[in-house]
Amino acid sequence: MSRMVVPAQKEAVAPPPNGSPVVEMRGVSIAFDGPPILQDVNFTIEPGETRILLGPAGIGKSVLLKLVNGLLRPDSGSIRLFGEEITRRREDLLFPLRARTGMVFQEGALFDSLTVRDNVAYQLIQEQVSDDEIDSRVREALSFVGLEQTFDLYPSSLSGGMRRRVAIARALIHQPELLLYDSPTGGLDPVTSYTIIELIGKQRDVYRTPSLMVTHRLQDAFMLCTNRFDPAAGRMVPLAKGQTDPRTTFLMLSDGRLIFDGSLHELLHTEDPFVREFLA
Amino acid sequence: MATTTIDRNAKQFVLTIQDYSLFSGRAFLNLFTPPVYWTDFLIQADVIGWGSLVIVMLVGFFTGGVLALQSSATLESFGATSVTGRFVALSMIRELGAVLTGIMVSGRNASSIASELGSMVVTEQIDAMRALGVDPMRKLVTPRIFAAITMLFFLTIVANGCGILGGAAVTIFMNHQNGTQYFSMAWQGLEFRDILQGLVKPLFFGYIISSVACYSGLRTTGGTEGVGRSTIAAVVWSSVLIIIADYLISQVMLSIFR
Repeated sequence: MSRMVVPAQKEAVAPPPNGSPVVEMRGVSIAFDGPPILQDVNFTIEPGETRILLGPAGIGKSVLLKLVNGLLRPDSGSIRLFGEEITRRREDLLFPLRARTGMVFQEGALFDSLTVRDNVAYQLIQEQVSDDEIDSRVREALSFVGLEQTFDLYPSSLSGGMRRRVAIARALIHQPELLLYDSPTGGLDPVTSYTIIELIGKQRDVYRTPSLMVTHRLQDAFMLCTNRFDPAAGRMVPLAKGQTDPRTTFLMLSDGRLIFDGSLHELLHTEDPFVREFLA
Repeated sequence: MATTTIDRNAKQFVLTIQDYSLFSGRAFLNLFTPPVYWTDFLIQADVIGWGSLVIVMLVGFFTGGVLALQSSATLESFGATSVTGRFVALSMIRELGAVLTGIMVSGRNASSIASELGSMVVTEQIDAMRALGVDPMRKLVTPRIFAAITMLFFLTIVANGCGILGGAAVTIFMNHQNGTQYFSMAWQGLEFRDILQGLVKPLFFGYIISSVACYSGLRTTGGTEGVGRSTIAAVVWSSVLIIIADYLISQVMLSIFR
């Protein structure tokens, strides 16, 4: 696999001014014409923290992710994003907050009718940034994900893994204060999955952007937790034996409830039968 | 059991009407507050207006032709073939031009809008747009609604013109009547109220076509199969609503200009 270019270092994202968590969910429940999908969910994402949400497919992980930036509204409970309550906030007042987050969707969700350049630059185009600056920032973002050559291509001519990487570039170009990854490696081959996880690790270790990653693939979660990105080598390298990244912690969903919230060490030593079965 | 089903469907119907009303009202009002995406308006105006021009011209021309063909036989028995021009012009301008243009644009554009937006929903592109801080109502719906209203107005004028020409072609070349008389009668028969009626209707029809299509598309559920259902709903409902709106507008205009 080719080594990826590390772009010019930018300042780490500052925490919310009042020191509050970047995301805070309290007693959140939601249902769609049936039994509850999520019940009484509580967790926080602190500045610089990467949280990995585990759980089998169809358990409500993506729903939880969409609740974080207000794409869905809970039936009850409170969600604070960047210290601001978003649960009952009007849709038009949510757009400025969402613009401060970057989200990578399950299948990339690239706009079919736009080129890779226009997809990655979508937010910048809406803000009427000059063409020269857009080109330069898009090239930098594409270089970050190792896809400079796709600048003029349309999404239909990209592979699944390339779409996912372009989606990451689109999420990163605006220098978000929070990143949300919805099963970024779902349906990809092991080599491409490794590339995607390496990009997520790079974003975590180089820019220290807080993030929430949804996945059902344990190998991806463990790799992120037991490796660090080495800017000099341009790739992920394993941490010393027995060490894990202290800013990377785990959440686990089962039957709509959050049944685990803790470190990798705690996850591996929990007595919860569902977690043990999931890990087995 | 049957009562419960009727009750549930009735509630669902009322909720859909309420949801559609709020949706289309909000999309309309968005034009008066920033940001307004004028580039998207121009792109949609091109797609709807220029893209539908040929079919609208063809439909208008042959409708005018068939009106002249059918009417001349009946008018001949009263010795009134001289009023063929008036008959064709009035029929096209007051009713057929607007309605047929509406139905054609509905078939061509309501389906494409609903399927495009529906596909964007099922592939999470709409969610992606919202996550990127852009309002899909402003970016996708409002430009389509105003493009449809504007373009349907001009397309109806084109259809009316082509209809009168089609009637003239049949009258002159097939019925071997006087062309000057045809156009003279067509012009003399027209009054302000006729033209007003003919040009008010496409404004409503454009609004109906685009708002129903956008609503169907953005409320798509159930994956690609759902996109198909939304497309059918958009064409069927916009066509039916055009006919209903045509009746209501005609009733109101006739009562005003009685």
